Amino acid sequence: MFYREAGQYKTSYVADQAVFPIRQDRYGIAIILLVAFVAIPFLGSTFLLQAVMIPFLIYSLAAIGLNLLTGYTGLLSLGTGAFMGVGAYACYKLTSVFPEVNILVWIIASGFVAAAIGILFGLPSLRIKGFYLAIATLAAQFFLQWCFVRIPWLVNYNVSNAIEVPQRQLGEIILTGPNSTPLTRYMVVLVIVVVMTWLASNIVHGRIGRMWMAVRDQDIAAELMGIRLLPTKLLAFAVSSFYCGVAGAMLVFLWYGGAEADTFNINQSFFVLFMIIIGGLGSLLGAYFGAALIFGLPILLRYVPAELGLPLHSATVEHLSFLVVGVLIIFFLIVEPHGLARLWQIAKQKLRVWPFPY
Amino acid sequence: MSAKRRPPGEVLLKVENISLSFGGVRALSDISFEIRRHEVFSIIGPNGAGKSSMLNCINGFYHPQGGSITYKGRTRRQMRPHEVASQGIARTFQNIALFRGMSTLDNIMTGRSLKMRAGLLAQAIRFGPALKEELEHREFCERIIDFLEIESIRKVPVGRLPYGLQKRVELGRALAAEPELLLLDEPMAGMNLEEKRDMCRFILDVNDEFGTTICMIEHDMGVVMDISDRVVVLDYGRKIGEGQPEEVRSNQAVIDAYLGVQH
Repeated sequence: MFYREAGQYKTSYVADQAVFPIRQDRYGIAIILLVAFVAIPFLGSTFLLQAVMIPFLIYSLAAIGLNLLTGYTGLLSLGTGAFMGVGAYACYKLTSVFPEVNILVWIIASGFVAAAIGILFGLPSLRIKGFYLAIATLAAQFFLQWCFVRIPWLVNYNVSNAIEVPQRQLGEIILTGPNSTPLTRYMVVLVIVVVMTWLASNIVHGRIGRMWMAVRDQDIAAELMGIRLLPTKLLAFAVSSFYCGVAGAMLVFLWYGGAEADTFNINQSFFVLFMIIIGGLGSLLGAYFGAALIFGLPILLRYVPAELGLPLHSATVEHLSFLVVGVLIIFFLIVEPHGLARLWQIAKQKLRVWPFPY
Repeated sequence: MSAKRRPPGEVLLKVENISLSFGGVRALSDISFEIRRHEVFSIIGPNGAGKSSMLNCINGFYHPQGGSITYKGRTRRQMRPHEVASQGIARTFQNIALFRGMSTLDNIMTGRSLKMRAGLLAQAIRFGPALKEELEHREFCERIIDFLEIESIRKVPVGRLPYGLQKRVELGRALAAEPELLLLDEPMAGMNLEEKRDMCRFILDVNDEFGTTICMIEHDMGVVMDISDRVVVLDYGRKIGEGQPEEVRSNQAVIDAYLGVQH
């Protein structure tokens, strides 16, 4: 009823090419941003910030990264966890060697390191597709994880063989390390994630996004139209790994506060892959939906029954969330391969014509 | 057809002694022909005659073992598809090869990828030159949409469109590259009479208005004889006839190939 575009005429291609051509969508985004930037920092508890919002945003960013590769370009990757790890280790090395440079610069710079590694492991993608490519990226996962364990140089020869996040400041504000407040870290994560989502949305709505989707939908036709497959696919690997790398660096520096090689194991890769499958392949919004569901569900299962006076054992909660996520993945693969994002789209379409569907 | 049709000009594409085989199967042997600028040229022949393989050779998708292709005075043996595309050859496909997940408009915009210059960073920020470029190309694509009368479906994902419209969108995608030579692989296969008539009109209009040279493969003899300037006939990978439609129609080898002959 309220969600209707009737009467909103577009008189220029700028207006028609906009990412949110419908006015109600623009209001919706404005409200979400307002809540994220104002309401949550003022009203949210430490728990909400530290245990819910920060990881949710970081995983959303990783899911966007994987979605650019798998959802938009159609290249299945199981190396997300490792690429996140590359970002984290690169950031740690960079900030240990050049402590005077601001950590925010290094978080972004570590994305470029991950992008370079991503290009390297993306090279087989010219020849192989689908499951075979997934296996090739699996090699990246295991090889890189092996490097994290076996190369002590990466962790500055720490006895613990783990990343220990040092304290870094922006002026007087402590950004990382044990003394930083969840609020500061939340704001940093939020700004980075919002800006990078905006950039990703611009990329996928432009020429490069169309080339990626062309390669996904019909690689031979794309090639005969003059799209060079290898550079296009490698660019997708680079941008995707960049996003994953930044997400990994933030995961360690702005959430965990420390990490060892096992943080970036194969489970992490699957975790992010499940997010984009459930959220929606080929949709940026889907990355957020998927991260919210996969990450939020265990939290809900842990706290809601307790609030209702139905205390569950923590092991039960864990099993339950495995069960629910598993069922959801099977459900979405069969019923709606485009995930929650498509359901959302259908709901909007229905609303648009309601109550006269014809 | 109409008085304003441009007369055929100099030779645009010259195919000389092309031979192509896959393992032991000879798909094409010793094929030669010429396509002149501004003409509508048809390749016909029974199924499996090697027509699509011929287009794939021109496209640079197959690399023939022998022979040469001269396009705009430049002879080549092997060429990558993107080089061919950037020299102004575009094509459509026999079994529609649209990007099914994308809208009509996005499909046609993809056809202009080679004309767009903005880099990754400029596009990521989508401001200034990148946006301006995007809008310029949008305007061009709108002209194609207008020309093909598909305004109402510009935002519809092509996977949801009926077959006839998909064929039309595919033509639009090829036109977006502003080709000098347009290769059409069975543009009218599986269409009803009305859709065929529309498609013929579009092909002739493209030829008239933009001066685009057309090289098409088609099985509908009525269409081929009506709109082609010249026809070449292939059978089992060999050329068995060439010439004006009337000549080809009365060529005994062609009649034998199509009707079969008792050996």
